[in-house]
Amino acid sequence: MTTATSEPTGTRISIDRRWATPLAIVVALVIAYLLMVFGSCSTPSATCDKWSQGQEQFINALTTGGMYALIALGYTMVYGIIELINFAHGDVFMVGSFVSWWLLTTLGFSGAISDPIVLAVILVVAFLVSMVVMGTVGVVIERLAYRPLRNAPRLAPLITAIGVSFILQNIIYVTISNSIVTIPQIMPNPLLTIGPVSIREVNLFVIVLSLALMAALQLFINRTRLGRAMRSTAMDREAAELMGVDINTTIALTFFIGSALAGAAGVVQGMYFGISKFDLGFQAGLKAFTAAVLGGIGNTTGAAIGGFLIGFIEVLSSVFGYGRWSEAAVFAALVLVLIFRPTGILGQQVTDRA
Amino acid sequence: MSGSVHRDGPPAAGRNANDVRERARRYLGVARANLGRHQSVTITLAMAVVMVVLPVVAQLPPFNGFGRLNDYVFGFADAGVYVLLALGLNVVVGLAGLLDLGYAAFFAIGAYTMAYGASGFSGLGTPFWIMLPIGAFSAAIFGLLLGAPTLRLRGDYLAIVTLGFGEIVPVVFRNADPYTNGTNGITSIAQPNLYGLLGIHGFGFTNPWPFYVTILVIITIATMLLYRVQDSRLGRAWVAVREDELAAASMGINTVSTKLLAFSIGASTSGLAGVFFAAKLSSVSPEQFGFTVSFTALAMVVLGGMGNIWGVMAGAFVIYEIQSQGLKQLGNFVQGLGIPAFSVGPMTVDLSSINFLNYQYLLYGLALVLMMLLRPEGLFPSRRRREELHEAEEAAATDALSGAAGEA
Repeated sequence: MTTATSEPTGTRISIDRRWATPLAIVVALVIAYLLMVFGSCSTPSATCDKWSQGQEQFINALTTGGMYALIALGYTMVYGIIELINFAHGDVFMVGSFVSWWLLTTLGFSGAISDPIVLAVILVVAFLVSMVVMGTVGVVIERLAYRPLRNAPRLAPLITAIGVSFILQNIIYVTISNSIVTIPQIMPNPLLTIGPVSIREVNLFVIVLSLALMAALQLFINRTRLGRAMRSTAMDREAAELMGVDINTTIALTFFIGSALAGAAGVVQGMYFGISKFDLGFQAGLKAFTAAVLGGIGNTTGAAIGGFLIGFIEVLSSVFGYGRWSEAAVFAALVLVLIFRPTGILGQQVTDRA
Repeated sequence: MSGSVHRDGPPAAGRNANDVRERARRYLGVARANLGRHQSVTITLAMAVVMVVLPVVAQLPPFNGFGRLNDYVFGFADAGVYVLLALGLNVVVGLAGLLDLGYAAFFAIGAYTMAYGASGFSGLGTPFWIMLPIGAFSAAIFGLLLGAPTLRLRGDYLAIVTLGFGEIVPVVFRNADPYTNGTNGITSIAQPNLYGLLGIHGFGFTNPWPFYVTILVIITIATMLLYRVQDSRLGRAWVAVREDELAAASMGINTVSTKLLAFSIGASTSGLAGVFFAAKLSSVSPEQFGFTVSFTALAMVVLGGMGNIWGVMAGAFVIYEIQSQGLKQLGNFVQGLGIPAFSVGPMTVDLSSINFLNYQYLLYGLALVLMMLLRPEGLFPSRRRREELHEAEEAAATDALSGAAGEA
């Protein structure tokens, strides 16, 4: 949760603190874009245009980054409120992608939907169904596997979480498929041109959707009564309880929202990549967790930024021809952050407790 | 001591019975004390018994119907690899209370060390017996490298960093072609060789007995060392750190180096297992060291009883045999029953076509969750661990008691 209680501690460069983060983001985006332009077209040819290639990769990074950010939010929210690394979260995302696969194939779609009204309806339905189903799954997981262990030694819920992760993976493995499943890509996906930028429809949709969901989450956490309950529970569970916050409901709500966002990311996975597999959640979860740590775990804004950062690291490593090392690059980022800045780029103090 | 209490009380017959009981108790006590004092001898004897009993049991019905003796012994040698893995992971998870989810990485490092040090791929022909300590050592070094930055932070970070490490190591082995031969892996790894001792040269592929005896000897030595470490100052420090890190630190324990030692000792055991694994299979490839290996080892430790060395060994052996033999036999058994396919609602259930092996990880996952919820100390708990894991309940009970007392 965002606590925003830290006092301004004398910055050397005098920038209004309100603008520091947006400014840093803009600078980072420009640098990332230039890097991508620089890295594109490593084999020079007449047909390859560095600038348009770089732009395409930049948009790719934003899209995958948005997906990771949606997953990372769930990690960071759960960690913020009960200090548990929910290993099953990546698998919730994976199951979400299978929910959208099930829905779309049951409704009889196999490819792009040309009618914009039908498309809009289907999109809304797919996201709603996946989010509600996965949110419910998240609440059930919390109720059955984590709540009974809330006061147990720390190791116990971690082991349960890894167990739940395997249960989810293997339910898909034995009931649906043990190999790659193709999910219908329902967006017709024309290349849109907005001013100097040309962008595929699906990329634009994913970027806008993930930003919108993040904004909605921020509003919910900061402006509503339930959001306030979540923040206070994260800060001090007992005090919140004394103030009349229903702890169990609040934690269940946190799991619902986090898992619903992962469900949305699952639909995005289907729309954008068109494939899913039972063990997909493992690596995606690892990357999203890294995103959450990068941004400072427990901090929702940080998780969003971290998600985009991971998207950029991944795309950059493939732009420079090290695509098969992208997982190693993400992992290296995780270890480096833990060594040099364990509180993350926007982090709050969470490392003191053993 | 209790003998003196009973001396004057009961009548003659009762006294006789009491005397016998008392004497038996005394002998047992002496025997137990001696076992404790000569722990290494006890372990050696016990492992020797196990070495003889396992093949004998495999020849009794119903087991003899499932396969030939040599296949069994081959399987036992493979099970030994997992026993070793579980022993090492037990130090990290059970004794020091650190969750290591990338344990297979150290296994992989040990195996690839063996593969690189003793195969035609690199041209080095280091004997197996020298590769054993080298593999253990290199795994321990990686354990230190990984643990040093992360063990300063809270325990959860270790879990996720080891998870990442376990994921990355196979990727590195897959991609670093010049050193690991990429996806093909390294083949024709040299076999252990006794140079004519006991009439054995290379171990060969047809005779499983040398491998079986070798892994049992390795396990025996590892068990002896681990029991000694567990009872040493370091072992007590691990338990102290596990139960309350802050209290341990304020008692003067260097928590970081204590945890680091647990981590690297666990890693080196895994490295040993890796060297043996590579030598026995005579080939390694990146796919053999996925997360499922780490997960299986964790399930073995949790089911066996975290912190209890012999419990973990038993858990590892039982789980390995279930996954390599049990599920297959269950499938055959169900098929033999010949239950016709029936339908439940829209689904058709055909029990005889179920491949039970597909369900093994689902079962492990369920087992982990259920064990943590119902019996967190494992099937064969260590006394201390049980007390720790039930601390919350006891505290609640005490609270309830004192609450009741307060109201009364």
